[in-house]
Amino acid sequence: MTFVAKPKVHHPRLPLNEIGLTRRDYEGSVSTLCAGCGHDSVSAAIVQACAELSLPPHRFAKVSGIGCSSKTPSYFLGKSHGFNSVHGRMPSIATGANLANRELFTIGISGDGDSASIGLGQFAHIVRRRINMCYIVDNNGTYGLTKGQFSATNDKGSTSKRGAPNLYEPIDLVSLAIQIGASFVARSFSGDKKQLVPLIKAALMHKGMAFIDVISPCVAFNNHNGSTKSYDYVRQHRESVVAADYVPHAEEMTADYEPGTTERVNMPDGSVLHLRKLAQDYDPHDRVAALHYVQSHQAEGEVVTGLLYLDPEPMDCHDILGTVDTPLNQLTEADLCPGNGALAAVNASFR
Amino acid sequence: MAVKYNDFVIRFANVNGSGSASANGMFAKALFRMGIPVATRNIFPSNIQGLPTWFEVRVSEKGYLGRREGVDIMVAMNAETFAEDVASIRPGGYLFFDNTKPLPKELHRSDIVEIGVPISQLLLPEFADPKQRSLFKNITYLGVLTALLNIEFDVITGMVSKQYKGKEDLIEPNIRAMELGRRYAYDYLQCPLPMQVKRMNALGDKIMVDGNTAAGLGAVYGGATVCAWYPITPSTSVAEAFERYTAQMRKDKATGRSRYAIVQAEDELAAIGIVIGAAWNGARSFTATSGPGISLMGEFLGLAYFAEIPAVVWDIQRSGPSTGMPTRTQQSDVMAAAYSSHGDTKHIVLFPSTPRECFDFATEALDLADRLQTPVLVLSDLELGMNDNLSEPFEWDDSRVYDRGKVLNGEQLEKIQRFGRYLDVDGDGIGYRTLPGTHPTKGAFFTRGTSRDEYAAYTESPDAYERNMQRLLKKWDTAKTLVPKAEVTTGAHRNGVLYFGTTALPMQEALDHLAIEGIGLDTCRVRAFPFGPEVEAFIRGHDKVFVVEQNRDGQMRQLLVNEIGVDPVRLVPVLYYAGLSISADQIRSQISAHFGTHKMSRLTEVKS
Repeated sequence: MTFVAKPKVHHPRLPLNEIGLTRRDYEGSVSTLCAGCGHDSVSAAIVQACAELSLPPHRFAKVSGIGCSSKTPSYFLGKSHGFNSVHGRMPSIATGANLANRELFTIGISGDGDSASIGLGQFAHIVRRRINMCYIVDNNGTYGLTKGQFSATNDKGSTSKRGAPNLYEPIDLVSLAIQIGASFVARSFSGDKKQLVPLIKAALMHKGMAFIDVISPCVAFNNHNGSTKSYDYVRQHRESVVAADYVPHAEEMTADYEPGTTERVNMPDGSVLHLRKLAQDYDPHDRVAALHYVQSHQAEGEVVTGLLYLDPEPMDCHDILGTVDTPLNQLTEADLCPGNGALAAVNASFR
Repeated sequence: MAVKYNDFVIRFANVNGSGSASANGMFAKALFRMGIPVATRNIFPSNIQGLPTWFEVRVSEKGYLGRREGVDIMVAMNAETFAEDVASIRPGGYLFFDNTKPLPKELHRSDIVEIGVPISQLLLPEFADPKQRSLFKNITYLGVLTALLNIEFDVITGMVSKQYKGKEDLIEPNIRAMELGRRYAYDYLQCPLPMQVKRMNALGDKIMVDGNTAAGLGAVYGGATVCAWYPITPSTSVAEAFERYTAQMRKDKATGRSRYAIVQAEDELAAIGIVIGAAWNGARSFTATSGPGISLMGEFLGLAYFAEIPAVVWDIQRSGPSTGMPTRTQQSDVMAAAYSSHGDTKHIVLFPSTPRECFDFATEALDLADRLQTPVLVLSDLELGMNDNLSEPFEWDDSRVYDRGKVLNGEQLEKIQRFGRYLDVDGDGIGYRTLPGTHPTKGAFFTRGTSRDEYAAYTESPDAYERNMQRLLKKWDTAKTLVPKAEVTTGAHRNGVLYFGTTALPMQEALDHLAIEGIGLDTCRVRAFPFGPEVEAFIRGHDKVFVVEQNRDGQMRQLLVNEIGVDPVRLVPVLYYAGLSISADQIRSQISAHFGTHKMSRLTEVKS
């Protein structure tokens, strides 16, 4: 970490986005994580994604649990409110926040300890509820703040820094998310901004539960030869399936892609998501095939990255509950209170 | 024999799941509609079908609505509990039973009146379907009781017609079964009994409703938009009532869409998390649970206390952990609620006594939570929550505006030089908060538990921590001026009695009986924690104060000793915690015994 504050003024020639802001307007405070931590790359990717999408930097609700990953919401989107809650319970906070105001972008940041161990229950149930949010797990397979214990996503046989092997089966959040109702499921690598930024953009614009598992190596405790979540291991063993590129409604560009290898997905706001198929015959809309693909490659020690599953007809919790368009937190007495007149019939029903 | 009107306890012993609840409910409602004060109590097992269940109705011309010891009329319809049911009848009381099979000799009691009616035999030629026969047993004994107790028959038949509106083919057989019983009683039994009912006009415009329904309805009126909950007896019906009334009263007329969101969460941890997340983002939200849920919510309640986020939690208390006795009433979460969580925390707690108060406190709790930016727990219990209680009708003042507390909007933020989330601007310990998304450049802050300064910047400075904790105490003092005041009657006596929640139900009866023994007491019904100055004054103004509560360890007494700093000897515990609701006799006998043991002076002795 550094204790040198970022200068408040920025370079006059920094490029402006559509709403006249620079990338610096999307940053947060200085990170206190270790130098080289994958999580900081994820924060930077979020900054870039939001800036490129020209989203208003104050219209986010950033929520997190506890752990290294959960500290990061203060390192991006400093003009938005953040909530560093309790361990493993970010999903319930996110659910409440999203129910209260459906117009804000909800970003949840969690870790593998936070979402796969103490918070596995809440992870599963927020996915089932299809809360409209971008849920990112910074997955490093280890507990950093308590100094290097295995987490539940750590591969069996992977060793700790001191060489002791992990004896238990890993929990694969990606497979779980596909299975129980996430309408957008991706995996990426913190060291691959080119893949991660478009995925975050697409996830933010997705209406429904968008889950991204980001392999994010822990330089302090899990970046050694025996680890399957180190920079070197992931670089050598990953296979990309579908590259996503998100193009806002206003400036759709398809020229970058070879015809026949891209797939257009229309997003609810009228913009278009382009999926570039890298692996042969990979269909991101087929839930069962996606699961099979992820797990068969996993059995061979490969980490499949990219957009793994996308529900062609997503819906979110507000659709399910049938709530009004006006955010619930903006309703007033006139909208909410039935008034004394309505009590006559109620009282009569109890006589 | 002299006829005694409107003063008895009748108990129905049934098998759970046998369809007795609706017949028993109609019995109580009929007396209510005859203008007679009644109190109902459902004593039920943790079971869907097969275990014993009892329904008790106390009928009291004087309006005594607490539980009374002893049973005057036992409707014994459960073979499994028959022996103990017979044993519980007061001498001179009545045993009502199905004598299709004769009463075993050893169960005969010479000091009670046995009333046998061959119910099964009566139904046999009338209804071919055995399932129907079994179900109609309940309505048949109801028919017998109308004759025995002189219940106005058209009141009951009117109720049957109303209950089965839309299922007209059920009305005729139900009324036929009821008449079967009634006719038998008139033909073969001495009707009515010397213990009977008589129409009176004691109820005015009162209603009969359970506290949970009142709480759910109150949350609709109080403007709650997010309800997250996990099923647990005896609190489930709070969320269910909210669901029922929002569906009726909170739909957008044009689109049919909902101005509320209800989530049945995966557990109580998630339920309180959703409530806190919603409240952080400016929606009024609440959850309903019972003791085990309060335990699970502990971590989050502490976070909400430190992070200063509103949250409303209804705790419908029951007895201890696990299953079985937990479907019985208690007031044993007082300490768990007041001091829930780790670190230095304490929470606002409200204690409603009646359904009307449940309705009123639902809004009050939401207002207090928003004003004080902190969790508010409302402690009801199974007795109040799940039984039909007599209550003042619900009323709402249409000019009432919700108190949303100190929330800055965009314009207000525009005028502020530097926003400090935890600055005590007004000297009441309450900072101003902002909601996410309010202003492009001002007012955003990062919510954490502790470790922050007045401007919500991260710090682990000991001074900043201590300043924050002292400000929270100042806020606590502010809370004392805002919470519902205790109801106090004082000035007449040297000693007093302090009680709360459903302990209020038998209190008047206990006081009347104590007065006969020459014991006079001033009263203080506590309605909230922290205690206001009136509670402290009450305790300081009396030699001894009996603290009546339904738990083993005198939790309210501990709280009083701890918070007011009073000499514990002056607070005398009066306790009952065996799973039924506390009776007037329990209160009277313990207070009377204390007067005896400590040779405290009685009014009659003073006079003589």
